[in-house]
Amino acid sequence: MAEAENIPPVYGLMAEFTSPDELLTAAQQTYAAGYRRMDAYTPFPVEGLSKAIGFRRSGVPLIMLIGGIVGGGGGYLLQYYVSVINYPLNVGGRPLHSWPAFIPVTFELTVLIAALAGAIGMLALNGLPKPYHPVFNVERFQLASKDRFFLCIEATDDQFDQAETRRFLESLKPLTVSSVEH
Amino acid sequence: MNQTASWQAELNRIQWIALAIGGGALALAILVTLLNLVNPAQFFQSYLFAYLFWLGLALGCFGISMLHRMVGGKWGFVTRRILEAGAMVLPVMALLFLPLAFGLHELYPWAQPELVAAEEALQHRQVLYNPMGFLLRAALYLGIWIGFAYLLRRWSLAQDRTGDPAYAVRMRLLSRAGMLLYVLTVTFAAWDWAMSLEAHWYSTIYGVLFISREAVIGLAFAIALLGLLSRRPPLAEVVTPEHFYDLGKLLLGFVMIWAYIHLSQFLIIWAGNLPEEVTWYTARIRGGWGWIGRFLILTLFVLPFVLLLSRRLKFSIPTLSTLAAAIVLLYLVDLFWFIVPTFHPADLQIHLFDLLIPLGIGGIWVAAFVRQLKGQPLLPRYADAAPTSTQLQEAPSHG
Repeated sequence: MAEAENIPPVYGLMAEFTSPDELLTAAQQTYAAGYRRMDAYTPFPVEGLSKAIGFRRSGVPLIMLIGGIVGGGGGYLLQYYVSVINYPLNVGGRPLHSWPAFIPVTFELTVLIAALAGAIGMLALNGLPKPYHPVFNVERFQLASKDRFFLCIEATDDQFDQAETRRFLESLKPLTVSSVEH
Repeated sequence: MNQTASWQAELNRIQWIALAIGGGALALAILVTLLNLVNPAQFFQSYLFAYLFWLGLALGCFGISMLHRMVGGKWGFVTRRILEAGAMVLPVMALLFLPLAFGLHELYPWAQPELVAAEEALQHRQVLYNPMGFLLRAALYLGIWIGFAYLLRRWSLAQDRTGDPAYAVRMRLLSRAGMLLYVLTVTFAAWDWAMSLEAHWYSTIYGVLFISREAVIGLAFAIALLGLLSRRPPLAEVVTPEHFYDLGKLLLGFVMIWAYIHLSQFLIIWAGNLPEEVTWYTARIRGGWGWIGRFLILTLFVLPFVLLLSRRLKFSIPTLSTLAAAIVLLYLVDLFWFIVPTFHPADLQIHLFDLLIPLGIGGIWVAAFVRQLKGQPLLPRYADAAPTSTQLQEAPSHG
């Protein structure tokens, strides 16, 4: 969709903070200032952060629900097909369609497919695995897995303007503001 | 101050009303039985299932407070006083056990000499199932439960008074031993008090079924009560929808465990298809009993399972606590379906006593519970008994 001249020159602008509280406040102010396309990077989960950067409901629960229904329904139908249609076998004089015997497999497949759908769906929605990500071009970003907290406003945001956004981020009193190259 | 006083007055009123209703209903049932207007066997049959339900509620509170002491978590902080008060009803339940001692020969085949003489299987079981052994074991189970519940309550209050962290460690150790004994004693009590109603039938998972049922009703009761109590201080200032979200997830887990255990028992008996084993289920899945069974599958598994999957429902305090209250009451029907078909295998029979006696024991239970609840602050002072989870909670601020 983006034509060559529309690709922004940078991926975004990244501000570095020293504590989770500073990052949380900064994220709230950034959201209040109208920025929407941003992400935060921290060494450990920070409570309330996903809400502060405007994270909406994820699609994972729905994917898991569909996975569970497909797994349970598929598991039951597989057993029905095998026991009633494909290879009918008289076991202890029971009806071919003996539903109590089908329940454990149906249950296990519901759990299995729902869990697999959840894990794969989570990876897919996050765009993982991703061998290259521009944020690693910022040298100080390695500290995000140690003791620093980063907030990155992405260039795809409607309100993004290199000079204006940099001024805004600096007003939040970060340790540094870096430009994230592609 | 004024608010606290009116709150205490309200609790007093509830306590006395519950005691009057419960005592009245129970006295009426006893009187009617003594006047020979009703077959004494009916009294003991209704009494047994009602007693097992209300005892299960107290035991569920007891088990979950020990679970909380072992694993920690903020869900247990806000429900701690409710669960402890529920467990402290156990001494009253020990008193209410006494009427059963007079009805052994009305209830249990092993206590009826003419049946024992005719049945070889029962003769072999006399070593375990004889009135003296039965009563001594009952005293042992009740004594263990009361002892642990009492110590846990005492140390919990002492921890609040003194702030001594040693109490948390002590309570964790006590809960480890208590949980082990809880599983063993509830299993044996379930065999003694309920499974031995059957002369031939037995199920090795029977005790676990009681434990999983107690886990559901104990937790559901705590959620329902927390929903009521969180409307006013002091809990209103602390309880958030996040607490209910956590409790709702736990409840979903417990509901699934209970259904899983019951299905396991059913599936093994169904697959074995042996005449002496299937009778327990054939009595319960036919006719009127069968309709109650279907109703229970729908209301105690299918509906709670589907509803509790919803994240929004678990965050809604009124909806989740209403659902939890309904689950607690429906387990009374579950106990009725679980115990009573043994006495009336042919078809569903409901006697007035099946309503009157649960109400009687229940009223006394509620009165004893409110008495324990109002005596102590509803909000504990120390957040968590388990240091590990406190450390986890503090981790982010330390970096």
